Amino acid sequence: MRDETRMLLESVGRLFEDHCTKAVADSAETGTFPHALWQAVSDTGVPLAALPESAGGADAEWSDLCAVLRVAGRHAAPIPLAETMLAAWVASSAGLEVTEKPMTVGPVRGDDRLTLERDGNGWRLSGRASRLPWATDAGRIVLLADTADGAMAVVLDGTAGAELAAGRNMAGEPRDTLSFSGLRVAGDAVARAAAGVDRAALYRRGALARAVLMAGALERALDTAVTYAGERKQFGRPIGKFQAVQQNLAVMAGQVAAAGAAADLGVEALSIDDPAKQEFLIAIAKTRVGDAATLASEIAHQVHGAIGFTKEYSLQLSTRRLWSWRDEFGGDTEWAAKVGTYVCGGGADALWPTLTDG
Amino acid sequence: MMQQAFRFDPVELPPAAKALRREVRAFLDDNHASLGNRRDHDQAFSRKMAERGWIGMTWPKQYGGHERTAFERYVMIEEMLAAGAPVGFHWTADRQSGPNILRYGSDEQKDYFLPRIVRAELSFCIGMSEPDSGSDLAGTRTRAVKVDGGFRINGSKLWTSNAHRADYMILFCKMADAGQDEVDRHAGATQFLVDLKNSPGIEIRPVINLLGEHHFNQLFLTDLFVPDNRLFGEIGNGWRQVSSELAFERSGPDRFLVLFKLLTEMVRVAGPNPDRATASALGRLVAQLATLRRMSLSIAGMLQEGLQPLNEAAVTKDLGTRYEQDLPVMARQLFPAEPELAAVDTYVSMLARATMNAPRLSIQGGTREILRGIIARGLGLR
Ligand SMILES: Cc1cc2nc3c(=O)[nH]c(=O)nc-3n(C[C@H](O)[C@H](O)[C@H](O)COP(=O)(O)OP(=O)(O)OC[C@H]3O[C@@H](n4cnc5c(N)ncnc54)[C@H](O)[C@@H]3O)c2cc1C
Repeated sequence: MRDETRMLLESVGRLFEDHCTKAVADSAETGTFPHALWQAVSDTGVPLAALPESAGGADAEWSDLCAVLRVAGRHAAPIPLAETMLAAWVASSAGLEVTEKPMTVGPVRGDDRLTLERDGNGWRLSGRASRLPWATDAGRIVLLADTADGAMAVVLDGTAGAELAAGRNMAGEPRDTLSFSGLRVAGDAVARAAAGVDRAALYRRGALARAVLMAGALERALDTAVTYAGERKQFGRPIGKFQAVQQNLAVMAGQVAAAGAAADLGVEALSIDDPAKQEFLIAIAKTRVGDAATLASEIAHQVHGAIGFTKEYSLQLSTRRLWSWRDEFGGDTEWAAKVGTYVCGGGADALWPTLTDG
Repeated sequence: MMQQAFRFDPVELPPAAKALRREVRAFLDDNHASLGNRRDHDQAFSRKMAERGWIGMTWPKQYGGHERTAFERYVMIEEMLAAGAPVGFHWTADRQSGPNILRYGSDEQKDYFLPRIVRAELSFCIGMSEPDSGSDLAGTRTRAVKVDGGFRINGSKLWTSNAHRADYMILFCKMADAGQDEVDRHAGATQFLVDLKNSPGIEIRPVINLLGEHHFNQLFLTDLFVPDNRLFGEIGNGWRQVSSELAFERSGPDRFLVLFKLLTEMVRVAGPNPDRATASALGRLVAQLATLRRMSLSIAGMLQEGLQPLNEAAVTKDLGTRYEQDLPVMARQLFPAEPELAAVDTYVSMLARATMNAPRLSIQGGTREILRGIIARGLGLR
């Protein structure tokens, strides 16, 4: 890790530590957007850091952004940080203006379609974008839509003009479905995205972002469980002294370590140009981290007994996110099928070379 | 907040390792006829590897080693394992006995043993377990007494893989005067380099495993004499030495590439266009394997830095054996067959081999429960 990255992570970590309190998390779930937290994060320049300096960014690497996302996941930060990073990536690749407001991006689901049709010097937007994260809180919504001659990026200033069905994931994070029937969009809000910035690429990067967030949330859940096992006493000693509890936590620790390694593997895949190979590696990451999320959250709860099942105690901030994120931008079953399809398509004799390439 | 318990830093393979991978693959192509079972003792094959400098790769040149990086060694062994190369003759010596001799052996021992291991002249086996001392290695009952010019040893070793073929065994035991110290259970622990081919006082009896193979043995040591110059390390330092040996034993990709061939055959049976459920079941397995490889590479990185990644090795072995034991379970769900070792169909015979080998994976080299105990200690729980 570069020194600058390390310093950035330390300061972002402190910032989340200060701002991501239980109270902030609770009120975010009931609809109060944590503006102070967003402002503090935005002031670091992190959300737009990957943009070129000319566009107000810092030319940061996506691997650095992912390192920040891991910390955000660890703190269960209730803000659209990953979405803003992705929105900035799509919009700026199309030469569209971005702001420091929270942004969101879509479509986030493989089965949604948006279309744009020419209408004079503007466009008309139709179709559906399901479960857009934080759509109502976002100052900008960046969408990829199909036109008669290829995909375009479109930037909306908010949800005005869309039919909105508000929703939330299990962690209480907003996931709003927007439907458009010929919404009029100005010509300068639409532009062709750069080559390589398309729906499939957005889906990959979104899945990777979720994997990285989960890797962070898993680290927090492990810390919480190990600390609790050292403090909670039954039968006259800390429960962590019981071998059955130790064995469970050891299994959890293995899953958490594997998730971290798999997330790293996915992050490194971003530097691979071949989209199929990149997708294969990100699919491995999303699959493996998703599986780890399932196994590890089960153990984290088991170790906590009833207290972990309360709203009062903080473990649920991590586990409800894990249960939600593992299915967003495609669940682990969908991504595992991509891994399987890729290796089967290559054939049995290509399996080993595929795994060891690069 | 707690520091992350375990370190799995990303590593990038150096160009030399990539070049080596091509070399090893070409070598495996040329020796295609020998491939099959990595547990086979095939000294001729080991000699060929020795000629290429692939035994003792990371050891100092002074002892015939090749001073290559842990990454190069990693690449070489994972290629061998994936291909099912018969590396059994030199495996134990290269993986753990040699490195431990390098760390704890006398100058004379280093000069004698290491070059011979590197040339595939001497093979080693591991003399740790006993009838009454398995997971609880410190409970060893084998005892050594100092006598004129050496030591006299009595006791028994069990599950000793390849003792009937190996030239030497690193024996773990205690000095007789250690008694049964309940305060320091490691007191008096001592290791010896035992010449299995030329020592009266050793009886080796086969123990046939459930596949019907003669792989491990029971050894009876009756007034076995070991000369002073074959005392290994220091008297009483055996516990530290054996722990280091186990760290070498657990750190490699051999802990999740035992049944790789079965995964390959599953991909073959699935064909190029599997349905979604099949693709996703296979995909989960591949995702696990890719992650394990990455973790194992991180461990190689730590070895390269001279660290002893005990906890990380335990984590990786535990995950690796879990994954490998899931392989035959998934295989028979996805592609049902009546497994038979001698079947002509490779998938069917691999399924039999994997099903019957699966139990040993989470026992040898430290049981699943023992590894999880190590991990729990790493977490600060014990
Ligand atoms: C194929 C194969 C090859 C082998 N080769 C060698 C070799 O070359 N050299 C050698 O020295 N040994 C060898 N072994 C032996 C191996 O190291 C031992 O089998 C292993 O250490 C376990 O010992 P055990 O079999 O006596 O089981 P035990 O220690 O009796 O364990 C039985 C069960 O009890 C559990 N258990 C024991 N203690 C605890 C505890 N404290 N907490 C929780 N659970 C516990 C174990 O996990 C296991 O499930 C080999 C074993 C196999 C299967």
